[in-house]
Amino acid sequence: MAFALILLPILAAGVALALPGNRVRPWLIPATGLVHLALTVWVLARPDLQPPVAWLDLDPPGRLILLVVSLMYFLCGIYAVGYLRYRGEWSNRTFVSCLLAFLGVMSLVVWSHHLGLMWVAIEATSLLTAPLIYFNRTPRSIEATWKYLLVCSVGIALALLGSFFLAYASFHSGLESSLLFEDLIHNARQLSKPWLHTAFVLLLVGYGTKMGLAPMHTWKPDAYGEAPGVVGALLAGGLTNCAFLALLRIYHVTVAAGEGAYSGKLLIFIGLLSMLVAGIFMTGQRDIKRMLAYSSVEHMGILVLGLGMGGMGTFGAMLHLVNNAMTKGVLFLTAGNIRRAYDSKSIDEVSGAMRRLPLSGTLFLFGFIAITGSPPFGPFVSEFTIVTAAFTGGRFVSGGLFLLFLLIVFMGMGGTVLAAVQGRPSGRSRMIPYRDTFLTGAPVAIFMALSLLLGLWLPTPLRTLVDQAAHYMEAPK
Amino acid sequence: MASLIDSILVAVLLLNLFILGTSRLHTVIRVVGVQGGLLGVLALLVHEHVGLLALVVSAATVTLKGIVIPFMLLRAMREAQIRREVEPSVGFLPSMILGALSIGFSVVIAQELPLAKAHLGLLLVPASLSTVLVGFIMLTTRYKAISQVVGYLILENGIFIFGMLLVEAMPVMVELGVLLDLFVGIFVITIIVNHINEAFSSMDTRKLSSLKE
Repeated sequence: MAFALILLPILAAGVALALPGNRVRPWLIPATGLVHLALTVWVLARPDLQPPVAWLDLDPPGRLILLVVSLMYFLCGIYAVGYLRYRGEWSNRTFVSCLLAFLGVMSLVVWSHHLGLMWVAIEATSLLTAPLIYFNRTPRSIEATWKYLLVCSVGIALALLGSFFLAYASFHSGLESSLLFEDLIHNARQLSKPWLHTAFVLLLVGYGTKMGLAPMHTWKPDAYGEAPGVVGALLAGGLTNCAFLALLRIYHVTVAAGEGAYSGKLLIFIGLLSMLVAGIFMTGQRDIKRMLAYSSVEHMGILVLGLGMGGMGTFGAMLHLVNNAMTKGVLFLTAGNIRRAYDSKSIDEVSGAMRRLPLSGTLFLFGFIAITGSPPFGPFVSEFTIVTAAFTGGRFVSGGLFLLFLLIVFMGMGGTVLAAVQGRPSGRSRMIPYRDTFLTGAPVAIFMALSLLLGLWLPTPLRTLVDQAAHYMEAPK
Repeated sequence: MASLIDSILVAVLLLNLFILGTSRLHTVIRVVGVQGGLLGVLALLVHEHVGLLALVVSAATVTLKGIVIPFMLLRAMREAQIRREVEPSVGFLPSMILGALSIGFSVVIAQELPLAKAHLGLLLVPASLSTVLVGFIMLTTRYKAISQVVGYLILENGIFIFGMLLVEAMPVMVELGVLLDLFVGIFVITIIVNHINEAFSSMDTRKLSSLKE
């Protein structure tokens, strides 16, 4: 099953390369997404499934993230068809093939249970997403792609060095050399401590770059700002979760080694720093897509913060990654629609989006309300869980700063979003014929409904998944 | 064998310093190629028993790091018609001195990290860390896109040197995967470099400054 989930999208990418027509090709994306989602649900329904090989195994956090990535991809796939129809005059061969192969390597990241293989897969995601960011072919998108490639490549290179250090930590103590997470966790207590500490710092910086944690987030506003909205959504809700999964697995090794206090402190620090930096740069931000990029920096910070706190915090972080992905789907996809309706993404020109695009404008506003943690939406529940974990765990400073930074983000983001949706649309934007269509509207509405649903009621199968993922992090075998 | 390994590592470190002090990009790229070739030889020497797989990894390293990647970079340069690095933000001589300091710094750091018995007395760890640092110096102080790619290559070479400590622990598949990723990465990067050159009529990354807060 692992092979099917990984190879199917890559096969579809090959088909997309071979297909001549520009109109049929985009339908491969939602079709592959649907099959992938069906297979994923089937795999999750059968927890007794044995891994085909030792280095492809699905751990409980992996199960949760596989579901999120697959669902996200299917809905974004429908939107992508509408988007590419709008961009009908451009050849979408590279775009569609890279987008399809991207799903395959994301699945590989989730399934890989081997330190080296996981690294190879994550590096492959960087390379496949670069052409997606470059799709608009403007000088600005070249600049964004260049920064993305260079910063992420260097980050990933450091993660490789970190992986080597971790491998050496195991080699040094004379353990049978193995880079399988299973063995690393099992033998964690014998790992050489100096090597383990250095390895964790390097891997945190490396995979943190890919997640977009401050201060390694510099590529993020540029890349998310210039990439098409649908790519932004998949990066912010899919790829960052894969990078989080990589970091989480490394953290799990340190917890199992009895060094959780050391690595947890680092996670809390970098999480709070990311929230602060995001809050500062969101305040007075005039570009709505760059604003969303900083929001992604903030929420990645919340994830590692929750993880670093442990206990209830881990549960909150696992839940938050689902909520964040769904809500980011709403925000990035509507921001893409708004950009097309105004031919601009700056609030100097965007105003009155609720009148100009009733569906997208309204959902953009609701997406903002949801992502800033207001009830009754999903992110409120998970952020509340993390705050509770902080205060019941006696971490009053962290908890207080967390609330303060959330407030700063709310005010900073609110100014930009309200300026974009309220008021009257400019005369120039009325001349642009773009309207919301079914394909670019329906997926957004579903994302919004899911975000709302998760705030009101957590379905039992999902709760089980989140519970198991959180429990897995707690109890080193 | 150990003395041969150490002499290769010293050669790698000297090449680092040479690269930091050179402004002609052709020379820089060729020297990085030579460095990559040396690493391929190193990959052969660290094995106690040279098997077929070790030969494959070594050959792949020499081919990719020593020949293919430098060739791709030279071609990108020819198309862009650039020859020299402009004066970097930290001059050539000061960056050489920084490079020399990085060696001393790496030796100090390496002493803090305990080594397995088989590796005592080898220069692998300080050489690796110092090469990584030199890669960082290139990445942060040079302006031409090609020089930054060279910086990334040097950084990868440093990591490769550290990988030599793990030849027994690392499956060959992973090593080859890493090499393949590096190759494709450089391939994609040179495409983007060409587009930068077309869009901005220059490879100077200082021109890439429209996306700022």
